[in-house]
Amino acid sequence: MAEFSSRHLLGIRGLQRSDIEAVFQNAREFKAVITRPIKKVPSLRDLTVANLFFENSTRTRLSFELAEKRLSADVVNFSAASSSVKKGETLADTVNNILAMKVDMVVMRHPHPGAPHYLAEKIGVPIINAGDGTHEHPTQALLDSFTLTEKLGSLEGKKVCIFGDIRHSRVALSNVLCLKLLGAEVMVCGPATLIPKHFGSLGVQVGHDVDEALAWCDVANVLRIQLERQGTEVPYFPSLEEYHAGFGITQARLDKLSHRPVILHPGPMNRGVEIASDVADGDDAVILDQVENGVAVRMAVLYLLAGRLGGSED
Amino acid sequence: MGTEHLLISPLQFQLTLDRLAHQLVEEHGQFENSALIGIQPRGIQVAAQLRDRIQAILGGDPPRCGDLDITFFRDDFRRQDKPLQAAETNLDFTVEDLRVVLVDDVLFTGRTIRAAMDALLAHGRPATVELAVLVDRRFRRELPIEPKYVGRSVDSLDSQRVKVIWAEQEGAGENRVELINPDPQDG
Repeated sequence: MAEFSSRHLLGIRGLQRSDIEAVFQNAREFKAVITRPIKKVPSLRDLTVANLFFENSTRTRLSFELAEKRLSADVVNFSAASSSVKKGETLADTVNNILAMKVDMVVMRHPHPGAPHYLAEKIGVPIINAGDGTHEHPTQALLDSFTLTEKLGSLEGKKVCIFGDIRHSRVALSNVLCLKLLGAEVMVCGPATLIPKHFGSLGVQVGHDVDEALAWCDVANVLRIQLERQGTEVPYFPSLEEYHAGFGITQARLDKLSHRPVILHPGPMNRGVEIASDVADGDDAVILDQVENGVAVRMAVLYLLAGRLGGSED
Repeated sequence: MGTEHLLISPLQFQLTLDRLAHQLVEEHGQFENSALIGIQPRGIQVAAQLRDRIQAILGGDPPRCGDLDITFFRDDFRRQDKPLQAAETNLDFTVEDLRVVLVDDVLFTGRTIRAAMDALLAHGRPATVELAVLVDRRFRRELPIEPKYVGRSVDSLDSQRVKVIWAEQEGAGENRVELINPDPQDG
């Protein structure tokens, strides 16, 4: 039956297909829970979860916090801006200090790839990676795929293209791994400067022509152009207008197709850059479904990991 | 496996469900303001059987009937080896001001029913809540919970299991209830 194979959720790498199916199965029931008049269940009422955000985040933190509260967990929030990190404390010390206050689970976002993996070896509680640098963002990939299974049924053989800034995106790698585990075919498409060379080795197609990619795919997952991470010395593309003209997903491009791809965007959107407003607000966009499902999927992850904590042997 | 002892024969099984359905109609009349709610996973078949019988007695539309999953409300989460897998809740009505009959197959410690009452309150405030069970393993209660409608009361040991077998399960034979004694070497 549904058991999670790992103590932590560090990334999609390391998960099995059965883990993802367990998350989806529970997420469906949690989604029903959070649409009721009373949106809360008591499953985690004896646990305390720390949300450690060493990098800014609004929606992911909010989504995790709601998920925790709807499972009745106690929640503490920590953000680097208001912390002793600035005073020179190491990551392990910071986290151990928080754990000394009897915290049972950690949700962490960190600017450095691998930070949660490092921490998992140092501390004794489950860690959920809420994004580590440009590496992985597993709950985002899970909620993207969950949203797609709601819309399309099984993802076996479905064609998904990830558009945009692959280089700076933690969503891209997690999505590729998750989609491939679920049997989908994956392409990444964007300017050559924004697609790392090694991406082909993940078993995905690499494209640079948006119209061809749109004609191929059943699903377009449009990633944000990370304006804050664009090269300071050499830009990755000449201007936002030129990016939009060459790589933006516009209604004009979609109108040329004989089919209607499902449109995903992990947010926050740059309207008029990677995605046009009419596409973002169109009938085929499931962007707000992604946000809604985010809470249910994160509840499922917290629930499954908490289930492995054990009441008696701790 | 252990040794099995037939607790309710196929014929008794039909008669027991018939009797429970009649008792429910006796108490709830036309069921205009009442609802049957089966507790997942094993109460839903009992509830469906009672619904069909009540419809046969009253004629017309079947009484309101829903499935309630109680997984997230259990008090033994993390006291089990595995996380508990949730099942579906299918309630297409609110229970506000309804006379609700919770339905389960076997009543044992009462903890499931405690969780079911919590889960039920997330769907509104029922006028009354009653409990109907196919088998009541009496003297084994850990909470002050008693059923109003009982198919059969049995006295059993903690080590024994009461198993309700449905004909629609593959290779199951006819509907019946068995008491299973553990093998002596299993302890």
